[in-house]
Amino acid sequence: MHDVPQNLLYSRDHEWVEIDGDIATVGISDHAQAELSDVVFVDLPEVGATVSSGDSVAVVESVKAASDVYTPLSGEILEVNEELSNDPALVNSDPYGAGWIYKIRLEMPGETDDLLSASDYESFCS
Amino acid sequence: MTDSEIKSTPLAPKHVELGAKMVPFAGWNMPVQYTGIIDEHKTVREHCGVFDISHMGQFIVSGTQAAAWLNQLLTNDINKLDIGQGQYSMMLNERGGVIDDLILYRFEETSYFVVVNASMIDEDYAWMEKHLVDSVSLENHSDKYAGLAIQGPECQDVFAKLFPNITLPPRNGIARLTVEGKDLWVCRTGYTGEDGFEFFCPAVDGIEWLTSFVQAGAKPCGLGARDSLRLEMCYPLNGSDLSPEKTPIEAGLGFFCALDTDFIGADVLREQKANGPKQRLVAIEYTDKGAPPRAHYKVHLPGGPEISELSSGVLSPCMMKGIAMAYLPADYAKVGTELEIDVRGKKFPAVVVKKPFYKKG
Repeated sequence: MHDVPQNLLYSRDHEWVEIDGDIATVGISDHAQAELSDVVFVDLPEVGATVSSGDSVAVVESVKAASDVYTPLSGEILEVNEELSNDPALVNSDPYGAGWIYKIRLEMPGETDDLLSASDYESFCS
Repeated sequence: MTDSEIKSTPLAPKHVELGAKMVPFAGWNMPVQYTGIIDEHKTVREHCGVFDISHMGQFIVSGTQAAAWLNQLLTNDINKLDIGQGQYSMMLNERGGVIDDLILYRFEETSYFVVVNASMIDEDYAWMEKHLVDSVSLENHSDKYAGLAIQGPECQDVFAKLFPNITLPPRNGIARLTVEGKDLWVCRTGYTGEDGFEFFCPAVDGIEWLTSFVQAGAKPCGLGARDSLRLEMCYPLNGSDLSPEKTPIEAGLGFFCALDTDFIGADVLREQKANGPKQRLVAIEYTDKGAPPRAHYKVHLPGGPEISELSSGVLSPCMMKGIAMAYLPADYAKVGTELEIDVRGKKFPAVVVKKPFYKKG
């Protein structure tokens, strides 16, 4: 089975979210990276951009397909994981750690209520 | 196309058992990958892989006039074939556009085995039937066979494990083997640029043969690797790089057109050959890292106007670089022409290069 850390929240589009005050770190879940396999390119968001939940903010590409990353939370992009430009496969090897994609300052913290807990996400995937 | 119309090959249950990710392709439910496209791709370049090609179509054309009839329908010259030999050929419309590309084998004096693209079985058959003459028999055997492509430098070892007393036919050759009273076809060809053979057996025996080839050392590979392997070699994919609106001369496949024979579309090709085609299918390579090129992405001159769109594109697993093909106006089709590929509004520099992308060694 795929790894689903308990301390994270999840979107129905298979992003994970780690909340730290009004800042969230976002990446794609183990399930999502396994579905994609072989990530060969990550199109990162622009630092400073203001985005709304549901916007496509990044693109994760395998040999075969390009998949949009939809931000589950609205706000300002604070930081992106530049390391993915050199080593996009980090999304596969360490999706919840070195494979993080961006950090966002939450504009509407209430949006986190729409996210799934680890156990709900596990049922969602099965 | 709804799910109920999607067909499965006789091998589908085995793909699922082997852990394949299944996707719809050309109306068929097919394995796109097992362990990963890069892994499967490299296995075929370095060792040996096995692909399900049961979705492809097989026709048998026979009769004393079969050769003459086929020469009116297909671009290559059938009279060059001895018994047991095969050739790549194309079937064109009256405008010289490609209906399908195919491989044809002469397996008896007056009988031919024709392997066509999965997506084109019905259309090809209808076109051939429309032009059929009394003295020629045309049979569609597509559902009777399971097909496997065993590809890679170790393919001869794999073959030898299953058929210790038989040698593979020579390149482009076909051989009929009879095992336990059943006919099997072995064709020394492929779509990867590696040594390999295609193997056709009765549909009911497909799973057993796939299992045997896997046990003999061939790694199951999906359509994802099949596509990246063929694109590294600049082999065209019908529906992407070939179409009824493009001729073989424009596609750079003039070598497979015997312009001294009179097939449908030949006059258009002769004119293009004499005057030069207005567009050419070229190989395009990124000059740096970038988002993988994909079909339909727009091609620009550097800082300039859009001149075309990609017909195919992928990140080459061997070169870890974007590679693609596109029809460009003849003026821009020269090797060395600088281009930009538009990926979601970002432009990535690229250049027209010599075919193929991948060269051994």
